[in-house]
Amino acid sequence: MKPSAVGLATTVVAGAVLALLPFALSSYHQGLAAQVGVYFIAILGLNILTGYSGQISIGHGAFMAIGGYTTAIMSRDHRTNLILTMLMALAICFVLGLVVGLPALRLSGVYLALATFALAVSVPQLPLKFSTFLGGSNGVQSAETVTHRWLYGASWTAAAILFVLAWLLLRGRTGRAFRAIRDSEIAATSSGVRLPIYKTLAFGVSAAYAGVAGSLYVLGTNGFAQPNEFGVLLSLQILVGAAVAGLGSLWGVLAGAAFVGLLPTISKDVPLVGSAHGQDVVFGLIVVLVMLLLPQGFAGFLARLARLRAARPASDRP
Amino acid sequence: MATVETRPARLRRDLPQWLRALVRPVPLGLAAACVFLVVGSLLSNDFAQQTVAGLAQGTIFGSLALALVLIYRATEVINFAQGEMAMATTYVAYQLISWGLSYWEAFFATLVVAFVFGVVVQVVFIRPVQHTSVIAVVIVTVGLFILIDGLVTWKWGADLKFMPAPFGKTVYHVGGVAFAQQDLGTLLVSVLSVLLLWALFRFTKLGLAMRAAALRPASARLVGVRVDRMLAIGWGFAAVLGAVAGLMAEPAQYVLQPSLMQPILLYAFAAAVLGGLESPAGAVVGGIALGVFLNLVGQYVGFVTSELRLPFAFAVLLVVLLVKPAGLFGRARVRRV
Amino acid sequence: MSGLLELRDVEAHYGPVQALRGVSLEVEEGTIVAVLGANGAGKTTTLRAISGTVRRTGELRFAGQELGRLGPEDTARLGIAHVPEGRGTFAELTVWENLRLGAYTRRGSIREDVQRVLAYFPWLDDRRHQEAGTLSGGEQQMLALARAFVARPRLLLLDEPSLGLAPVLVTEIFRIIRELNEREGLTVLVVEQNAHIALQLAATAYVLEVGRVALAGPSEELRAHESVRKSYLGY
Ligand SMILES: Nc1ncnc2c1ncn2[C@@H]1O[C@H](COP(=O)(O)OP(=O)(O)OP(=O)(O)O)[C@@H](O)[C@H]1O
Ligand SMILES: [Mg+2]
Repeated sequence: MKPSAVGLATTVVAGAVLALLPFALSSYHQGLAAQVGVYFIAILGLNILTGYSGQISIGHGAFMAIGGYTTAIMSRDHRTNLILTMLMALAICFVLGLVVGLPALRLSGVYLALATFALAVSVPQLPLKFSTFLGGSNGVQSAETVTHRWLYGASWTAAAILFVLAWLLLRGRTGRAFRAIRDSEIAATSSGVRLPIYKTLAFGVSAAYAGVAGSLYVLGTNGFAQPNEFGVLLSLQILVGAAVAGLGSLWGVLAGAAFVGLLPTISKDVPLVGSAHGQDVVFGLIVVLVMLLLPQGFAGFLARLARLRAARPASDRP
Repeated sequence: MATVETRPARLRRDLPQWLRALVRPVPLGLAAACVFLVVGSLLSNDFAQQTVAGLAQGTIFGSLALALVLIYRATEVINFAQGEMAMATTYVAYQLISWGLSYWEAFFATLVVAFVFGVVVQVVFIRPVQHTSVIAVVIVTVGLFILIDGLVTWKWGADLKFMPAPFGKTVYHVGGVAFAQQDLGTLLVSVLSVLLLWALFRFTKLGLAMRAAALRPASARLVGVRVDRMLAIGWGFAAVLGAVAGLMAEPAQYVLQPSLMQPILLYAFAAAVLGGLESPAGAVVGGIALGVFLNLVGQYVGFVTSELRLPFAFAVLLVVLLVKPAGLFGRARVRRV
Repeated sequence: MSGLLELRDVEAHYGPVQALRGVSLEVEEGTIVAVLGANGAGKTTTLRAISGTVRRTGELRFAGQELGRLGPEDTARLGIAHVPEGRGTFAELTVWENLRLGAYTRRGSIREDVQRVLAYFPWLDDRRHQEAGTLSGGEQQMLALARAFVARPRLLLLDEPSLGLAPVLVTEIFRIIRELNEREGLTVLVVEQNAHIALQLAATAYVLEVGRVALAGPSEELRAHESVRKSYLGY
């Protein structure tokens, strides 16, 4: 089977399973599964930026915060329809992503990583400073809250739509331009790719995905947008998820999302002598182990499997 | 075609050699800043106090920033776990003291533990991924961040711990200005450890081999330097510097808790970028500059309240990145391949 | 009779590319041996195989010891000094630090060796504190020789010492190599594109073609050999 056929089959199966899952899960587990969907969207977005256009970001938690606050504030102040607030989060973060992408044109590698990290650190501090509008450390409560089932449906529908959009975007001209930039900026320029346009575009798209994820993330915490929820750790988690998924491939994203969405909860149940903090130990340890064992992430692992299978018949030849 | 000499360049050429090196924007700016601080301190007691406190805090940022730079120079990796490693070693000191060691006995014992810790982390966790991709190494350090944080909280709990103060509570009054012994002690210890490390790198055979391994690993191997071993030792020394930063940060905050080094790590990032990620001297100067700057801005600029300190530090970082990405001390050099 | 260095059927790969397809050669103690060949013939790789910078199979003996799996750190300790293509200068370090690194594997004071080296390269003394990267190409090549020599090697591997240098300097460098060989008994295996000068310098020479030894023998014989004359000497 060709890899694309495998991918297609996997997608269909995954889609079917996801559609049927709510009927089999308790409300609590629906909430968890919805959370995986949220991470799926955020990691997908980061993967478009880092995996395809080669720009690293450790600041996607900041865009999630902006998306989340958009939803909470619009709902609080104008009782806007929640779906509509998600679209607003998407639009606002897209524009902000473009804005951030412009200065990012001058940076690369570690420098870009640290600059975006600065965003991750700074943005959650803003609600504390501008507490009348942004609610201070208490956060902003949206007017409406949603059930786990609603959230499950919304996040996975959004995930599916965004996944298809990403796939369409990346398989065409834009995706080729992104990859060309990632592989060599000089070569890309000389073959006519306009760097500034595509690099900022990647930032915008990626931020928009994070915005939607942030919006859903807030709905998942009972409609509460709080600075603490959007700390540095969130940005790091998304980066971990993207790395576990494997950069530059869409098929690993589900694994990455499940990893960061479920592992902390699962590891809570690992019996570690009388303490709740065992959770972090297990999570940290597994992150490290996964990277030691699968440095190219889950997608790299799949690719290696595929290559092994492809290589076998070839080795029969003299 | 004749090259056109700019006016500053012409001016510089006419100066004696030793002055020529100084007449550049960065040294001039730093000199001006020093003059400003001295004059300000002479005019205002408050200003003097804030400056000294800022210096003390800045050396802590500088020590941790230097630790980051040591590792970055050798492997082009930012160690996100640097702060948590420092925090963990501070807990080791806490444990040793509660077992009955005096503060300074515990201090030096902790430095030894930190060195071993750094070496072990490099050998066990970093070396296996070192040659795969930078991002894999970064993720491993992020994982270590979470892991170490979890381990410490698991072992010692998340509640506040108290350690004896290394320096007395004495306050010296010099002409109306109050200098806390605490600040002076921090300053002394941090500066001393940076100087010792500098001397090690500058004057010893081990230091030379470590620099060679970091700068040109392939050539270093050809002359017989065991590069992998040098990298591990480098992590060891970075951890020692981190431990000094942690041990000095603890009395400054009066309490010990697992989040001790998290803000400091962020300031250290900013300091390292400010000085130039490739420049050890830059990291130290960047840390000190940042410490003083933040303290004075916090004192005199009403808008920058404590919530805005961190964003403000990072605004500085962003501006530096955009204006002079190599940092104040970095040389824009072509990356080796 | 056995030489200081012996290679038998040495092979080496870079990923799927096979660079050496069974190279055999021998270097007697106290001699200068040259390796000639077209671009990509595997000359550099041969030196890398000896110092252990590339993974290789086959038999490699140095002073009776099997080099087998040893890496460059270990072969350096055995007394093999490899001056690679591009000279391996520590550009960011000073001239003096470069010399100290040359003697890294040795214990004790290196002053005496530095004095000896300075006899050949007196100008280095004034440049002690200059950053090596700011030296000219020829100066860097001499520094590389000096760095290798303070290690008191038993075998010196030189990769195209004439590369990019003016003819006068090439003559100068080869004069120094010859002097080191004659006065200090230094054994040298040198890779060269400049066949004229290499065949003058070396007593024996090997010609590599696509990873194999195509010709070998005393320099005079090779000089007279028709294919060598056509391909490498150009007359
Ligand atoms: N790092 C590498 N990766 C892949 N292939 C390599 C590498 N280094 C050398 N090769 C290949 O190995 C073969 C031998 O290369 P080598 O450098 O030994 O040649 P050489 O004789 O030194 O050539 P030159 O005279 O150009 O220096 C060449 O075909 C070259 O393309
Ligand atoms: Mg060559």
